[in-house]
Amino acid sequence: MRKLLSLTIMAISVTSAFAGGYRVSLQGQKQLAMGHTGVAVVNSAEVLFFNPAGMAFLENDFNASIGGNALFSRTKFQNSTYNWKSSTENFGTPFTAYVAYRVNDWLSAGLAVYTPYGSSVDWDQDWQGSHLVNNIDLMAVYIQPSIALKISDRFSIGGGPIFVTGSVEFNRNLSRSLINEQMQRSDVTIDASNVTAWGWTAGFMFNPVDEMRIGLNYRSEITMEARDGDATFHDIPAFLQGTFSNTTFNADLPLPAELTVGLSYEFSDKFMMAFDYNRAFWNVYDALVVDFANNVPTSVNPRNYKDASTYRVGAQYKANSKFAIRAGWYFDESPVQDGYFAPETPRNDSMGFTGGLTYQITPKLGVDVSFLYLHFKEVDNSYDYYSEDGTLVGFEGTYKNVVFSPGVGLTYSF
Amino acid sequence: MKNKFIYIAILTAGFAACEPEFENELSNSSYSAGDADFSSYVALGNSLTAGFMDGTVSRVSQQYSYPNLLAQQFALVGGGTFTQPSYAEDVNNTGGISGIPGFNTRLILDAGSQSPEPINQPSTITLAPQATAFNNMGVPGAKSFHLLAPGYGNPAGLQTNPLSANPYYVRHATSPNARIIDDAMAKNPTFFTNWIGSNDVLAYATSGGLGVNQLGNTNVASYGSNDITDPTAFAGVYSATINTLTANGAKGVVATIPNVTSIPFFTTVPYNPLTATVLGNGNVANGQAAIQQANVLYAQLRQILSFFGQANRISLWTLEGRNPLLIRDESLTNLSAQIRGALLASGLSDQQATFYGQTFGQARQANANDLVLLPTRAVIGTAPNGVPAPLNAFGISYPLQDEHVLTAAEIIQVNTATTAFNNSIRAIAESKGLAIADMNAILNQLVSGLRVEDGQIYTANYFSTSRINTTLFSLDGIHPNARGYAIITNEIIKVINRHYNARLPLVSAGNFPGATILPTN
Repeated sequence: MRKLLSLTIMAISVTSAFAGGYRVSLQGQKQLAMGHTGVAVVNSAEVLFFNPAGMAFLENDFNASIGGNALFSRTKFQNSTYNWKSSTENFGTPFTAYVAYRVNDWLSAGLAVYTPYGSSVDWDQDWQGSHLVNNIDLMAVYIQPSIALKISDRFSIGGGPIFVTGSVEFNRNLSRSLINEQMQRSDVTIDASNVTAWGWTAGFMFNPVDEMRIGLNYRSEITMEARDGDATFHDIPAFLQGTFSNTTFNADLPLPAELTVGLSYEFSDKFMMAFDYNRAFWNVYDALVVDFANNVPTSVNPRNYKDASTYRVGAQYKANSKFAIRAGWYFDESPVQDGYFAPETPRNDSMGFTGGLTYQITPKLGVDVSFLYLHFKEVDNSYDYYSEDGTLVGFEGTYKNVVFSPGVGLTYSF
Repeated sequence: MKNKFIYIAILTAGFAACEPEFENELSNSSYSAGDADFSSYVALGNSLTAGFMDGTVSRVSQQYSYPNLLAQQFALVGGGTFTQPSYAEDVNNTGGISGIPGFNTRLILDAGSQSPEPINQPSTITLAPQATAFNNMGVPGAKSFHLLAPGYGNPAGLQTNPLSANPYYVRHATSPNARIIDDAMAKNPTFFTNWIGSNDVLAYATSGGLGVNQLGNTNVASYGSNDITDPTAFAGVYSATINTLTANGAKGVVATIPNVTSIPFFTTVPYNPLTATVLGNGNVANGQAAIQQANVLYAQLRQILSFFGQANRISLWTLEGRNPLLIRDESLTNLSAQIRGALLASGLSDQQATFYGQTFGQARQANANDLVLLPTRAVIGTAPNGVPAPLNAFGISYPLQDEHVLTAAEIIQVNTATTAFNNSIRAIAESKGLAIADMNAILNQLVSGLRVEDGQIYTANYFSTSRINTTLFSLDGIHPNARGYAIITNEIIKVINRHYNARLPLVSAGNFPGATILPTN
């Protein structure tokens, strides 16, 4: 017991839970602690996110889990050619709430609320990359009612519609050098909130033997269509104020589809391991296009993301009826391709190291704690697709990310 | 078990505090001065060194002088304080000098009239003496020999005709009889830049060749302001300047003189801008009528000139093509009398025939070897003073004059002098082991397009709205803008890094501003 705990803590100290692009893998304390595996794990109501089909095999009739994370995300940037140094420190609080209820032997129903996509980056205003981004705050809340059908004791299916409500606020300077008469840099903020969209999720779970579960889950692509958001221009020189007047904008931001397959195996009553493979279909994000209602030229920002995989492994050890300990690891491939590394989502490949534990205050009520440390190597990369007077100009540098997130949750079941 | 929770809490706090760190964290120690010592950096030069742009020095333009940009990089590796003449009194950043004709406020682009104009606010810059030696000793208008000239900062010299002093130096000369070089040496330079000599040839070129080529005359005191300096005289003063600067072991960079053909002041207006569309102000039919009208005159002139074997001076304009400007070329044989005689014989009055003779005696059409000066753009088609119709259109029915065009013959003189000066600069610098920033080569490279580190390709073109983010020259067409000075700074840094084994960071030219554009003036 003591040995395992120290192992867990070692794991934490070496590694961390983000995913490439603007995907944030923090959808449940128990599963996060296990490397954010879960497509074939039946632990708690968190399964609503990972694979709603798993609801069918929950032990209790009623399961609820709520949780939240303190997400610390820091990025440093430097470029020795120009002696540039900058950094961004951001804090977010992604949260989850899951409720599952067994209606009868073959039907379970549940509701999930979670925030799988979000990005917050806040560079110093007018920093060297300000023509690409000064700051961005992007957030999407998924609300997902689901049902699971137990076809047999070995097989279930589940799924449900997803309602998304999101917001985005983004600010950047209009160019690398435009200033107004007071020598302030000209910039634009685009702001859209209450953007809604629909999607769906579906999956199955198959238990070929008592100790093993196999799961598959698919979450559909959802395109957030911001319509008539506010575009506000600041510090525009007088001669351009006619062109760059405040207006509305349309933009589409894709939240890509994700396919997960995995398995879990219970080596004993106490020890279980899980393996997940995610494929996020990021190639839908080929450009961020902001179309303004007035004569401001449409802003086309190539992104050219590629599909990306994540490989996850997690373990759970139930020491006794009071304590369970978890640890995990994952490798998260960035969807950002070389030359498209924009400081708005400066994410390269990362390794997540996770750990956590559950303490059952009563047999019905448990407290979950989790930790995530995301380890990024420092990376030299550039964004080469900023067009200035018709020529593509690169923005290059060395980036180093550190992401860490402690989380806490409550699980209640009866 | 309780202890474990404490460990976890501590770990959590520890992670929350953990900062990203680079393997090689960028700091001042990432850079080095190499063999150079930047503790006292002094810049000698002319307008290019003073931060002159848009026709003047202003409080803000001075901040973008290449010496000031260099000094900010030097500061990373032991560079000391860098001072420049005070422009604090230029509160509205208008530039100019109050009360002195010709020292206009800074050029802005009037979006209404679409032309560069001095900003319509009074200059608040005065000649109040600062009597201080500054690290930036760049004096706009200075020629090579002015660095060694006592009294160049004497206010009394502003009352003489021609001027024997320079109002910019009057502002900060340490005494009325001070020399620029002595004021510079008062700063005990450990490192210097010297970019002098452009005006020794450029003043002639920008005047359209109004001055005299003083080749063979080494008495610089006898020169007019638009003259070309004698190369021997140039080499003498240049050598003396460098000897003084290096006397105490200072290292430095010297810069060569750019060729006129790489400066938009000379390359923006084509020799043949006159199409039917231009002549008709957009109305092609009107333009073609104007072409036919001009051809009546040209046919008449050709007929006369052909008698004297000079018909090639003028060709008929074409309706569809780009037609050349009519100019006066002093190097041509003067056929005034012959033209007068021919016209008298055809029955013109003596007065008319004389006037035509005077006007067209050295007239020819411009060709690709001539350079039309930037301000001439506003002159083409306008009426010369007191000239009646139909000869009342400069460049069309009345030749552009000497001050409007740098003719092929004048360009040869300019180029010969430039080459001679640059050869002296290189030889003298090499004899002292100094680094050479070949600005002439760099500007020539700009003509075809200079690709910088971030991928942007800069050219030596004059401002246009399609180049709002990439124009390097200010609205005067001769001096760089802030972005252009950043490019110059980088070229000097590269030379320093190479020659003195230094490691200095570049500046990012793309982040520097271009022209000021105002909706109205």
